[in-house]
Amino acid sequence: MADIRYLAPQSLDEAIGAFAAAGSAARILAGGTDLLVQMRSGVVKPGVIVDIKKIAEMTAIKEGADGSFVIGAAASGMALYEHPRFGKVWPGVLEGINLIGSKQVQGRASPGGNLMNGSPAGDSVPAMIAAGAIVTVQGPNGRRELKVEDVPAGPGRTNLKPGEILVSFKLPSRPSGSSDAYLRMIPRTEMDIAVVGIGVSLTIKDGVCTAARVGLGAVAPTALLVEAAGKALVGSKLDDAALEKAAEACRAACRPIDDKRGTIAYRIKTAGVLLKRTTAIAAKRATGK
Amino acid sequence: MNLVTNNKWIGQRTIRPDGMDKVTGRAQFAADTTMPGMIWGKVLRSPHPHARIRSIDTSKAEKLPGVKAVVTSKDIVDFPIDKGAVMLGIQDMRWMCRNVMARDKALFPGHPVAAVAATTEAIAAEACKLIEVDYEVLPWSIEIEDAIKPDASVLHEFNKWEGKPSNIAGRLEHKKGDIAEGFKQADVVIERTFTTRPVHQGYIEPHACLISVAPDGKTTIWSSSQGQFMVRAMTSMLTGIPQSDIRAIPAEIGGGFGGKTIVYLEPVATMLAKKSGRPVKMVMTREEVMRATGPTSGSRSTVKIGAKKDGTIVAAHGTFYLQAGAFPGSPIRGAAGCSFTPYDIPNLLSEGFDVCSNRSKVAAYRAPGAPIGAYAVECVMDEVAEALKMDPLDFRLKNAAKEGTKAAHGPTFPRIGYIETVEAAKNSPHYAAPLGKGPAGTLRGRGVASGFWFNAGGESSAQVNITEDGNVVVTTGHPDIGGSRAGIANICAELLGIDYKRVSVIIGDTQTIGFSNLTGGSRVLFASAMVVTQSAEKVIQTLRERAAKIWNIDPEAVKWDQGAAHPVSPNAGQFEPLTLKELAEKAPAMGGPIGAGVQLNTAGADGGFGTHVCDVEIDTDLGIARVIRYTAVQDVGRAIHPGYVEGQLQGGVAQGIGWALNEEYIYNKDGKVDNPGFLDYRMPVCSDLPMIDCIMVEVPNPKHPQGVKGVGEVPLVPVMAAVASAIYNALGIRFYSLPMSPPKISAALDANVKQAAE
Repeated sequence: MADIRYLAPQSLDEAIGAFAAAGSAARILAGGTDLLVQMRSGVVKPGVIVDIKKIAEMTAIKEGADGSFVIGAAASGMALYEHPRFGKVWPGVLEGINLIGSKQVQGRASPGGNLMNGSPAGDSVPAMIAAGAIVTVQGPNGRRELKVEDVPAGPGRTNLKPGEILVSFKLPSRPSGSSDAYLRMIPRTEMDIAVVGIGVSLTIKDGVCTAARVGLGAVAPTALLVEAAGKALVGSKLDDAALEKAAEACRAACRPIDDKRGTIAYRIKTAGVLLKRTTAIAAKRATGK
Repeated sequence: MNLVTNNKWIGQRTIRPDGMDKVTGRAQFAADTTMPGMIWGKVLRSPHPHARIRSIDTSKAEKLPGVKAVVTSKDIVDFPIDKGAVMLGIQDMRWMCRNVMARDKALFPGHPVAAVAATTEAIAAEACKLIEVDYEVLPWSIEIEDAIKPDASVLHEFNKWEGKPSNIAGRLEHKKGDIAEGFKQADVVIERTFTTRPVHQGYIEPHACLISVAPDGKTTIWSSSQGQFMVRAMTSMLTGIPQSDIRAIPAEIGGGFGGKTIVYLEPVATMLAKKSGRPVKMVMTREEVMRATGPTSGSRSTVKIGAKKDGTIVAAHGTFYLQAGAFPGSPIRGAAGCSFTPYDIPNLLSEGFDVCSNRSKVAAYRAPGAPIGAYAVECVMDEVAEALKMDPLDFRLKNAAKEGTKAAHGPTFPRIGYIETVEAAKNSPHYAAPLGKGPAGTLRGRGVASGFWFNAGGESSAQVNITEDGNVVVTTGHPDIGGSRAGIANICAELLGIDYKRVSVIIGDTQTIGFSNLTGGSRVLFASAMVVTQSAEKVIQTLRERAAKIWNIDPEAVKWDQGAAHPVSPNAGQFEPLTLKELAEKAPAMGGPIGAGVQLNTAGADGGFGTHVCDVEIDTDLGIARVIRYTAVQDVGRAIHPGYVEGQLQGGVAQGIGWALNEEYIYNKDGKVDNPGFLDYRMPVCSDLPMIDCIMVEVPNPKHPQGVKGVGEVPLVPVMAAVASAIYNALGIRFYSLPMSPPKISAALDANVKQAAE
């Protein structure tokens, strides 16, 4: 029986060295809320586990002077929840992250793990896409940045290169009158996986939407940026016509499957319904009404 | 609502005896036991829904270092199919021996074909992969409509229906009057067909056991089950070890709901332990639980009810097809026997058909079969009431069974409490309250339904011992899945007139307490209260005799009151009372230890009735139905421990809401369960449910010393129909299949909109 080697490096360079050296047998451990479940069910059998939680940058939550945020890939949902500022600036991203697993799981689950797990239904991903988050990754060949929507490659796969580790998310600074929201459809009320998840980030000035991004999850092999939906909202007063146009853009973006979690028709319909509901919440937050 | 108010302990919400252990994690469940030298057993399971097993080669597995034993069907006692049924309770050992280990055929994905014991779980799992099974893959069917087709692949060739091999394994009917004549008198006749999906009991604790077989054959089993005596008997029959050599020790049980009334692992682990000479532990994964242990049946039911304009039901016909899974034995008795029982119907035909198909063998689930039948019958009752423009509860009252009504399944009812449940529902604050309006985009509705379950008596044993320090230890033989220990402690404290805390109730193992039948059929408090009462009465008799001896008076002149012996009157003599403690101290000198045991095959368990009221709120854009208010009314006989009785009612309702709205086995194109875990097999979580209100109607059972009726199963029976009728009331759309999941409700709403537009 092959043993598992567990490494807990203190520095990122050390982690990258160990991770790259171990090749495909290695897995990164952040909160472990997906990895350990997959190991227990026999889906993955890593030879080396590289625990990145001991690296300070990986769990740090920093607000820049310009109001932007950099959050470590392994920062836990609960740490973000307890942060005095993060949830005020990015309530939608926070609600997406806080929907991962249960309260107990939140002490461990991280946005980095949620993204790198590669599930199209990951709750934090559509909200991050809507937020326009940029991720920093580092590998044997140095650091680079990617848009968050460019990270997933398909169910269980990402566009990171061999040996690369997700380091952090950068969420941009934003003008006043901005906010965001995340909603998901689940048959239950909690402890469930999204049938459709949607993040909407908006800026509203004098009653008019001046910027909008929409992220859509669980309706295609990866979470999607629905640019047409954002465009439909920009320049409008979020009137019914604009909302319907954005909802239609979301429905059109769906490429779902029929499975145990929902039908194609249901997912498409739900994407439109949730666009309207999520936009309403984000708008209410943005205007303080 | 206790009818007798002068009780000190009966009817009290005393602290549960197992509570502290459970909340602090000290309670020992089956998987918590270990032994020196223990090794691990793993099961190799069939990947195919239906396949002939041509050969099994275990040689490579046996050679893997760390492997200590391999077991196949050759190691399990065979009960030949052609030699007739060998029954143990409701289980036929011909099927049990084939269910624990496939013999000639694998009949469902997950069917055990071999098992390995090795020094680690990982080695055992690795060894399973080295076992070579030569399968001849056969056509298969899972759904009832496929399994009963004339050209369906037949699971059991010996099984004949209308002269030909068939998957229909049996039919049962209950008949009263003449339905053809009855329907002629009807002004309104409604006939509908319903389907339900297989649903699992969903106990949190997976099946697990640790088994040691000593060189002299003495076998010890630690396992979680609903009956240590069932475990002993089945293990004995399937391994050939005499019952006297098997000590089955019941672990604390993490839920059963009927699903732990049969064995899966114990005979296999026993043979692995016997062959290896080492104690063997086996613990199922959740996936194994979902694939290979009994969910209840999926079903297809057709129900026809005819009534006169005045609301009198004149005839009813029900046909209930239930999936048995791999072996005959679906709960058609519950479906056909219980569904019409709340009503006095002069002309009735209720038929059940048992259908084998290539999924795991059905196991009991809380009032087996009755919720499936009641779902169909109660939904049609709602439609008939609507057609007659009658309040659905008034329609039920008009036709309610009562004392003297002859039920189609046999008995003429004694004093029963069905009418009281309907009246209590009608008078409840819930039924009187307006539905109110939900947020924009939602619609609300209310539904009602009733239900019946037989309840059971049967064999129980108890021993009541007085300790040397004057306290009480009660031993019974039933695993406690619903609060029986607390109930028994209440009764014992009441009878002996002592503080509840002085009574300790434990569950004996098979070699320390007399035979006690399964925890099932809502029988445990009914039956064990009888044997405990008689035992306690014997103890009291002894205590009176001891006091009489000390006082040198006649035992008849001594009474037992408030935990002490007193002279019945001043005429009997002037003596200071002798307390239980004092009599216990004097016991060695006065005739020896004090204790008594009673064993009975109990009778007189009356059936139970319930009536439920359910409010739903539906998100019409997303098709999500949420239960926002729920009241369960039940005739509980006598609530010995009201907190536990309410817990039973609430638990049954919670399971029914899951069955109604989201739970279902989903099979993929290869015939495998596609959702074998709690993520995608959606049982309700706490936030899915409102606080479930309970109204306990107490119509005491005259044949029981405390008036007890079984309460555990009835509360699941009415739920799905109550939810379905509430959804209809909200949307004006009737659903004829479960679950009423969001995609289904949403699609029906869209179809309605489309229809309206056309």
